[in-house]
Amino acid sequence: MIFAVTGTQLPFPRLMAALDALPPGERIVAQTGPDPAAYPRLETFATLPPARFDALFAEARVVVAHAGIGSVLSARAQGRPLIVVPRRADLGEHRNDHQLATARALESRAGLRVLWDLADLGAALAEPPAPPPATGSAPLAALRAHLADLIDGS
Amino acid sequence: MTQRPRRRVLAVASAGGHWMQLMMLRPAWARHEVTWITTLEGLAEQAGLAPARLVPDCNRDTPLRALGCGALLLWHVLRLRPHAVVTTGALPGVLALAAGRLVGARTIWIDSVANAQEMSASGRLAARVATHRLSQWPEVARAEGAEYAGSVL
Repeated sequence: MIFAVTGTQLPFPRLMAALDALPPGERIVAQTGPDPAAYPRLETFATLPPARFDALFAEARVVVAHAGIGSVLSARAQGRPLIVVPRRADLGEHRNDHQLATARALESRAGLRVLWDLADLGAALAEPPAPPPATGSAPLAALRAHLADLIDGS
Repeated sequence: MTQRPRRRVLAVASAGGHWMQLMMLRPAWARHEVTWITTLEGLAEQAGLAPARLVPDCNRDTPLRALGCGALLLWHVLRLRPHAVVTTGALPGVLALAAGRLVGARTIWIDSVANAQEMSASGRLAARVATHRLSQWPEVARAEGAEYAGSVL
């Protein structure tokens, strides 16, 4: 199963149309956001309750998502391979191009592949990246420690 | 060893990536008396967090909702009198920090790790009301006069 994730705030019809155009076969479940279009190839949900979202994420062979940090963190937490498609402001897909910047900053990380061109979607799904490693993070420990100090001193 | 006092902490984040980052930072205030605020029914309950409060999500394009959201946050802050308000965004987090300042709380903004190139618009707004403002990218922190202390990634 392929799970597609666009976040709750904005539709991402470019990605949905590309998924909808894939040849029949593997099941595709898509969380579309507020998108009125019909995608007959996909099982669509505007939004999903958190528990259902997590279950689909865990079940997916590969996840395709906009370059939202929630998707990246979920993929890491659940050990699922992730294909990231950044939204583009010039196509009206977001207010600004911060997703392009996020995608560039994340591109070198294990467990995910940034798809700059949706023409490559079929090939990327056929050969997804290896799942992300489950490693503890020193920058996370440092940030927690700093915040703990700030709150203790409040 | 002296026992450091427990604090009343208000932890605020919009649903989605903001909330996920707040969850990852939870151990930083786990020993304190925490109230949680988010924008989606069921999120806090799913994580087993209580007490939790719900506010309407808002952004700069929804000024009326922002007003309602801000009023509700102010109400919660006045009742709770937190020592610290901590948020990972977005606009409801800024409003919570503003309310926190009114009661003299330490107000901490952690800009989302999504903002790798420049600080979010909310993060810039937060500069007016945050006593401590952090970016999760060293270059962004330097450019925006914020602190860098680590990252959830």
